[in-house]
Amino acid sequence: MSRSPTRDFLVGVFVLIGLAAIAYLSFSVGGLSYSGPGGLTVYASFDQIGGLKPRAPVVISGVKVGQVESNALDTNYRARAKLDLDANLKIPSDTSASIMTSGILGDRYVSLQLGGEEQYLKSGDELTFTESAVILERLIGKLIHNTDIEKKDQGNDK
Amino acid sequence: MATFVHDLGWATIRFVDDLGGLAVFTARIARATITPPIRVRPFIDEVFKLGVLSLVIICVCGVAVGMVLGLQGYNTLVRFGATGSLGAVVGLSLIRELGPVLTALLATGRAGSATTAEIGTMVATEQLDGLRMMSVDPIHLVVTPKALAMIFVMPLLSALFIVCGLFGGYVIGVGLMGVDGGTYLTSLESSVDFRDDVLGSLLKALIFGILVGLIATYRGYTSEPTSAGVSAATTSTVVVASVSILIFDYFITALWGV
Repeated sequence: MSRSPTRDFLVGVFVLIGLAAIAYLSFSVGGLSYSGPGGLTVYASFDQIGGLKPRAPVVISGVKVGQVESNALDTNYRARAKLDLDANLKIPSDTSASIMTSGILGDRYVSLQLGGEEQYLKSGDELTFTESAVILERLIGKLIHNTDIEKKDQGNDK
Repeated sequence: MATFVHDLGWATIRFVDDLGGLAVFTARIARATITPPIRVRPFIDEVFKLGVLSLVIICVCGVAVGMVLGLQGYNTLVRFGATGSLGAVVGLSLIRELGPVLTALLATGRAGSATTAEIGTMVATEQLDGLRMMSVDPIHLVVTPKALAMIFVMPLLSALFIVCGLFGGYVIGVGLMGVDGGTYLTSLESSVDFRDDVLGSLLKALIFGILVGLIATYRGYTSEPTSAGVSAATTSTVVVASVSILIFDYFITALWGV
């Protein structure tokens, strides 16, 4: 088959469109740019992370500024989450982290409440003030338990 | 009973013979790939035939599958009040499973069968023998560009299929069902991971491309040199390639968790 400019052009366009599709899936949908190294890495230990998964968002005032890189147990058997934040952020050293849920059954995410210190966190630092996840089942359990006790008390009064 | 055992034995021998033939055939293609002269021109022609000419069917099917996923996903999610996760449902099912598999099945029907028929007709009309007489290796000139082009276009077509599907899901979910556009895209982007999902999807597509490319060219190359033989080889390509795509899909998912 001989050289045909139209066909060659179409093949080139096809390859470019295909590569663009792969790039869109990788960078925009797959979030490849976000997992790049060089961000601000801080650690936070919680008593209970209650289903916080890697890649869960880290937000300040509801705006996503990073993501959870990994979860592990520390030496005291507390859950230690590694947070990967935007490198340009200046986080005061007395910032507190809490695990929240989006909606009642939604995914867990980490919310940062900024403190007022003049000193800022560096990469590898630890967030000292943390608030654990609220476990819905435990709350319900407590509620049922408490109403039981109240009923018993009422019965004793009579 | 005895005939059954005979048939079973014959079927087993043919299966093993086929498998061995395919392995030798694969090795010959691999050697032809790195033997100069590198046939760039036939390769580009094949990319045109297998890739560019499949674009329309891939995009139309991608949009249709995305739209039906958006509709089905919405109708299921609305019962749990979780329509905000529609983007994640459409995106993950397309990227992890439907994109590579449906693209490979479509490419088998659209391009694999044509490849087999073309090579089979060349066998039947003794064109490959003509090449051998001129001491040109038909595997080098005819078969290798077709097989390599199939491997090359499959990930590209699969990625296109997925993007079209995401668009189709967006049109139905956001345009028709009234899911918020930002919610759709956020749930899509936050649930899809590059390494776990996108890379796995491309790997699947690549493996399917290897499967379809090898089976289609092998069936054509070994077809009986009659019109009935070419037709049987074409049918066999579609059946064998489709079945092995679905079986391989299970094992790739089970072994690598893609």
